[in-house]
Amino acid sequence: MISNVIAKFGDDISTDTIYPGRFMATVLPTETPQYAFIDEKELNAKLNSKQVPPNSVIVANNNFGCGSSREQAASTLKGWELIIVARNFARIFLQNSINLGLRTIICPTIEANENDELEISETEIINKTSGKKFAIEPLPQARQAIIDAGGLIAYTKKKLLEKSSKN
Amino acid sequence: MGMTIVQKILAKATGQESVKVGDVVEPRVDVAMSHENAALVINQFLDVYNGTGLEPNVWDPSKIAIIFDHRVPAESSKTASNHKKIREFVSAQGITKFHDIRGDEGGICHQILPENGYIRPGYVVVGTDSHTTTHGALGAFSFGIGATEMASVWTLGTVLNVEVPGTIKVVINGELSEYVSPKDIILHLIGKISAQGANFKVIEFHGETVKNMSTSGRLVLSNMSVEAGATAGIVPADDETVRYLREVAGVTDEIEFVLPDADAVYEQIVEIDASKLTLQIACPHTVDNVKPIEAVEGIKINQIVIGSCTNGRLDDLEIAANILRGKKVNQDTRMLIFPASWKIYKEALTQGYIMDFISAGAVVMNPGCGCCLGVHQGALGDKEISLSTTNRNFKGRQGNPDADVYLCSPAVAAASAITGVITNPAKGVN
Repeated sequence: MISNVIAKFGDDISTDTIYPGRFMATVLPTETPQYAFIDEKELNAKLNSKQVPPNSVIVANNNFGCGSSREQAASTLKGWELIIVARNFARIFLQNSINLGLRTIICPTIEANENDELEISETEIINKTSGKKFAIEPLPQARQAIIDAGGLIAYTKKKLLEKSSKN
Repeated sequence: MGMTIVQKILAKATGQESVKVGDVVEPRVDVAMSHENAALVINQFLDVYNGTGLEPNVWDPSKIAIIFDHRVPAESSKTASNHKKIREFVSAQGITKFHDIRGDEGGICHQILPENGYIRPGYVVVGTDSHTTTHGALGAFSFGIGATEMASVWTLGTVLNVEVPGTIKVVINGELSEYVSPKDIILHLIGKISAQGANFKVIEFHGETVKNMSTSGRLVLSNMSVEAGATAGIVPADDETVRYLREVAGVTDEIEFVLPDADAVYEQIVEIDASKLTLQIACPHTVDNVKPIEAVEGIKINQIVIGSCTNGRLDDLEIAANILRGKKVNQDTRMLIFPASWKIYKEALTQGYIMDFISAGAVVMNPGCGCCLGVHQGALGDKEISLSTTNRNFKGRQGNPDADVYLCSPAVAAASAITGVITNPAKGVN
């Protein structure tokens, strides 16, 4: 699969940048996408223009999603079906993304710029623009199990039904 | 091999003799806290039950806490409708640890939980708020989760697929100089290990300085541990924990300790000499951009904020009142004060601090998160600068991406209110 990088960020992109606190009263995943990166005006306009195809990529360095536990930061990006590739993620954001099915890829050495084309496989990312390859760090099995179940709601539903059939 | 405090708590919460770092466990939850975002948790919870044919009832209504604090009173009809929806759910489910917008029992969740005795040493506490780390100050394993994960907890009473985290031991020794506070210690630590220095790890706080610190100060250390990325920041329980739970929180039943083993294995040990520490300021736009006050003294401030789940407690207000008493807030700045709970507000009234603040020209707001998260009650104008005792200074944090936020202790905030510029209280303010 070839994906286009629509934005490149540095370290410590906080949930206040991804989804500012002033929109926190909006909770529905159908309503949050419009506010994604709203203070990064160009990126927000690009998303809302609906010209960004699904599986487009945002690339970042370290600690992407630091700060608040607000789940809107994951649902707002999931709404645009984006893929987030970062050197590493803040814990709660990563867990929220896995729970909601937002594709997050840990790629500790990733180098890419806006408009680069990336070929993403299970184990590595090839930057078709620069010709460089970067290894993907697999998710721990405990997290992969939630993705494999189709997200945390489906996973919990399964556990609930198991529990109630035992009682 | 000995276990750290988080290993001990997770072993207990899973009914095992021991757990290793990296083990995947499903711990029982003792307290599950949410605030306004319970509106989203409710949606997700109902979604879990959808199609199962089962009645959507929470696993244990006595273990769920819901506190309105992020947007109180409601700043919009949307928030008011969320509040209404949550009240109806609380009533239908029989949730008892519910704190509405009320002067007799309201406040910020991270103050309401400790002061009502909802937290005990050894508990597993989860909250749909990143600053849920706060409750580690009472010896609990307390961490932030998202709304969907909370829906899962409401359903099952456990947290699914938790990896037992490694631990960084932070040892703090030495006596603090005048005006240097727990806030300066934690800002210094975050600056030292960085905003991701403890990502996916637990911080355990040790040393004489912590031992001699009040619970109010320990809450500051645990609260801001998340700003170094930590899953939790835990102070092992001791006599002071018992004193707080008995005298402040009114706990009368037995208090059990869960403590780390003497031969526990830590991934990293960080030592801090508190006696050498000076006043610390976190500069825009990351919490780890920490500098000694000398580097930023004299910067003009438009808005001063004292409050939040970090520094809105009685001792914080006392320090500020002692500096502000009989003085005036500078005409070129404005000062907002948010006590962390109505209990603290009332104590501050009795002590005369509230009158000190108002007479000085500060505005005393209702307890709550206030302007900290940039929703209401004190947005910043373009190019304005805020000096705040809160916990985050990310771009846009206080409601305007074109404004700057500096973080400091209550003493620095109060002294700076008088001069209108970032000021070291130790140098005297006249």
